[in-house]
Amino acid sequence: MTVKDIFETMDYGTAPENAADAFAWIVDHGSRFGHFINGAFTDAEQGFDSKNPANGEILATLTQATQADVDAAVDSARKAQPKWAALGGHGRARYLYAIARLLQKHSRLFAVLETLDNGKPIRESRDIDIPLAQRHFYYHAGMAQLMDSELPDREALGVCGQIVPWNFPLLMLAWKIAPALAMGNTVVLKPAEYTSLTALLFADICTQAGLPKGVVNIVTGDGAVGEMIVAADVDKIAFTGSTAVGRRIREATAGTGKTLTLELGGKSPYIVFDDADLDSAVEGLVDAIWFNQGQVCCAGSRLLVQEPVAEEFYTKLRARMDKLRIGSPLDKSVDVGAIVDPVQLKTITDLVSRNTQGVMHQAATDMPAEGCFYPPTLITGLHPADTLMQEEIFGPVLVATTFRTPSEAVEVANNSRYGLAATVWSENINLALDIAPKLAAGVVWINGTNMFDAAAGFGGVRDSGFGREGGWEGLSAYTKISSKYKALKPVPPNAGEGAPADPLDRTAKLYIGGKQSRPDGGYSQAIFNKNGSLAGHAPLAGRKDVRNAVEAAHAAKAWSKTTGHLRAQILYYLAENLSARGTEFANRINDLQGGKQGEKEVQAAISRLFTYAAWADKYDGQAHGVPIRGVALAMKEPVGVIGALCPDVTPLLGLVSCMAPAIAMGNRVILSASEPFPLVATDFYQVLETSDIPSGVVNILTGPHSDVATTMATHMGIDAVWSFSGTDLSRDIEKGAASNLKRSWVNHAVARDWMGPEGEGKQFLEAATEVKNIWIPYGE
Amino acid sequence: MTRSALDIAETQSTQAQLPQVTEPRNPGMVLDLDWVARVQANTSAIERRCASLPARRSVKKAHQAAWLLKAVSCIDLTTLSGDDTEMRVGRLCAKARQPVRAEVLKALDMEGLSTGAVCVYHEMIPAAVRALQGTGIPVAAVSTGFPAGLSPFHLRVQEIKESVAAGAKEIDIVISRRHVLTGDWQQLYDEMKAFREACGDAHVKAILATGELGSLRNVARASLVCMMAGADFIKTSTGKESVNATLPVTLVMIRAIRSYFERTGYRVGYKPAGGISKAKDAITYLALIKEELGDRWLQPDLFRFGASSLLGDIERQLDHHLTGAYAAGYRNPMG
Repeated sequence: MTVKDIFETMDYGTAPENAADAFAWIVDHGSRFGHFINGAFTDAEQGFDSKNPANGEILATLTQATQADVDAAVDSARKAQPKWAALGGHGRARYLYAIARLLQKHSRLFAVLETLDNGKPIRESRDIDIPLAQRHFYYHAGMAQLMDSELPDREALGVCGQIVPWNFPLLMLAWKIAPALAMGNTVVLKPAEYTSLTALLFADICTQAGLPKGVVNIVTGDGAVGEMIVAADVDKIAFTGSTAVGRRIREATAGTGKTLTLELGGKSPYIVFDDADLDSAVEGLVDAIWFNQGQVCCAGSRLLVQEPVAEEFYTKLRARMDKLRIGSPLDKSVDVGAIVDPVQLKTITDLVSRNTQGVMHQAATDMPAEGCFYPPTLITGLHPADTLMQEEIFGPVLVATTFRTPSEAVEVANNSRYGLAATVWSENINLALDIAPKLAAGVVWINGTNMFDAAAGFGGVRDSGFGREGGWEGLSAYTKISSKYKALKPVPPNAGEGAPADPLDRTAKLYIGGKQSRPDGGYSQAIFNKNGSLAGHAPLAGRKDVRNAVEAAHAAKAWSKTTGHLRAQILYYLAENLSARGTEFANRINDLQGGKQGEKEVQAAISRLFTYAAWADKYDGQAHGVPIRGVALAMKEPVGVIGALCPDVTPLLGLVSCMAPAIAMGNRVILSASEPFPLVATDFYQVLETSDIPSGVVNILTGPHSDVATTMATHMGIDAVWSFSGTDLSRDIEKGAASNLKRSWVNHAVARDWMGPEGEGKQFLEAATEVKNIWIPYGE
Repeated sequence: MTRSALDIAETQSTQAQLPQVTEPRNPGMVLDLDWVARVQANTSAIERRCASLPARRSVKKAHQAAWLLKAVSCIDLTTLSGDDTEMRVGRLCAKARQPVRAEVLKALDMEGLSTGAVCVYHEMIPAAVRALQGTGIPVAAVSTGFPAGLSPFHLRVQEIKESVAAGAKEIDIVISRRHVLTGDWQQLYDEMKAFREACGDAHVKAILATGELGSLRNVARASLVCMMAGADFIKTSTGKESVNATLPVTLVMIRAIRSYFERTGYRVGYKPAGGISKAKDAITYLALIKEELGDRWLQPDLFRFGASSLLGDIERQLDHHLTGAYAAGYRNPMG
């Protein structure tokens, strides 16, 4: 076309990014790559091709890791770890800073390579992925520097196995490696098989930064290699990817003591209220669902529009879609690039073609003749009952429904297995800030979407996984409390004869929904004092009692909305009432446990109630310093319903230590009392009854922990399970927890000193809360 | 409701590159205060869109040259100085007739290209009209007590009439910012309507002085009210405010234009003025128009740059396009 022609048509033409340097880097490595283990590349072996999805061309051949490769990588990480941790915060900060600087220096090379390998538009890799990856290393260089002073009680976990997905290859690598290294861990990372090249370039960067051998190891391959890493001798698995694989990892690591963070799928709601800036909300969708071809775990893929503006909004949206440019990812003027692989393209195509509901609009825009592309798609008129409203598509497909009122918006938004992110558009700050806390999500964006920063934690709830990456809240996933190991000792129940110590029978019952109730099974067991006399009978709780307790706990959801001040008062009052009957409890404990520690335990329990009464209105969130004009509020929210198997030892203190932090933070709890000494708990519910605790907030079961552990772990209505039981039920619980990917906190047969400082504190508060980051850009 | 047939004939015969008038004029509509009240403009989101746009659209090589020439055709070449003289205006008009060196235009097969208009104060209209005779390039005059717009109302109306009588084909009026700041939309509407009537067949551009309206929401509301009252163009600024044309203001105004078109079927033009001095910025503006309003608005009858130094930078870029060597300003004729 001549200049004169273009003057008439005003077309954009093409603006291709030069990929010569990226190809040169590949060729320099012989176009064949081995693994990066112990500071060096291994020889390239049998493997698979890495292709450019935009045109199907083979970019390089990669090596499929064998068990021996994975073992070598883990071994090298294991050997390097003590020295890396001993280097100290400042020493590690210098390396992380060097990596950040090198990522900046080679930013264009990384961006082009990422686009070649993944198919995302060069604008995104250049302006979003790579700068954010750099930012994570800068930010965590700072965290390494501050670790010694700010996290004095924490230490590295050890070796971290990290498995990252193909949608943000380098960025996810940075999210995983930067905090791990900062806290003194070493890593074995597996990039996704479709997109391993930037991870291998990153290995070059590690060499250039002079990173000690073995601190970062990168092995390539498919899911089989991922399984090897999960099974390997690592201390932690960090996984980002699909919910199905995340669930398998949860099951595979159950009971192993490996800590786990999972960042999984999503079907994130994008809520548009009738007072929103509709044009801006339409534009936001471009960043929500057409960013990275919609292959984004937190993509705003479920559009919820308030009825009065629905048609107007859809009209504007369709017009905007028709303006999207789809084409060569290396073209600087392209909005939507290539789908990562023909397999993913088929998944998207199949899901959409099976849908028979609603009205579909596909962008009326030129599509490339070849390559792996899918047009931006909108399907309106769907309902929560439609498959596409529930299933993650992981492609450029937006599904839409309407709502009438703010409360209905919340209801529809939360009608999902997932809970990763949510977006709210409204010009009314009252409305937006009312809705944000009500959404089941780890991240909420107000009047914007897909905003990320290293300073703000990212992660989900429900089937979207658990754990946070980024911010102060992300560090707990890569550290543990320094403590001395002490093996858990089972506490056998007392044996005895039938004669009661007190002939007047007091029938202990379960405490469910504020009522004393008989166990559904109708059985009780005899509990004997240390001296063999009959202390009483305790009911044997079973499945249905757990079910009833969960129902009661759900009915008490108003507790989560109460103020910290109110919860503090109730906890103080509970302490006061316990104190009034202190001697009775001390005697009971002495009778059951023997010895004379009862009084001391009662005083410790009262003190513990005071501790959490104190925390109830002081465990504050944070306002993160993210690089926007606005704030990211890290709000601490209750987890929901927590099931806890209380310690067998110190039956009163153990019960209180589980209950108090949970209810102080606004959770409702189902406590399975000390197995050998349950009668302390059944005495305790009388104190609860006189202390203004609303019905259903605290529910107490008795009987063998093993009878209820799996039921609790697999119950979809329980959001977290803790086990401090004297019986090591860790494996059963973690395995069961895979069902709804609930958080679990189990003892792995390690004892805890409940009388000492490790019996209370921030570890408990962290377990009792979810951090929700609410991004609030502002400015008029 | 178009300009006189003579104008059209003149335009088409002498300036094939400049389809000056092809749209029916916006007749305006009754003031719809509900619509005005409903308008929202989320500043942060608007700024994000504007920040990402230049990175989303890149125009290179021949396309860049064509786009820059398009920008030239949309320039209201402007002089609004207290020390303007007839000779100085003559020099500007000469530049408007031949905005880019003849050999450059010949090489690009774009001979005959001129700027969109010349924009002057009332006193300079006769000189400009004389200098542009036979070119078809319209003379635009700033009016209504420009730039503050605080002279007596009847004098402001009279100024328009005298400028039209003196030969101005386009009148750039300034609105009373106080009507926006006090929320008196009826007054703003009435004022604009009176200005439009005083213009007769001359096109009226409503200068909102967006830098003085306090918020993007006010910019959106003022844009709508002026269009309802019959503005042919809405324009950002006088060039005399401390903040003039910006991309966020532009986005708000052109989205208002789009809404107005969707509602009424009439296309209103847009003119950013002040602060646009780089060729790269001009391309970003054109891309924003193309994205948000569509190609139809990329013509001088619906889009103008109010600028004085922009043209010089574009000329240098065109030189570079043709020769591959970076240009020096003194080699291009001044305006």
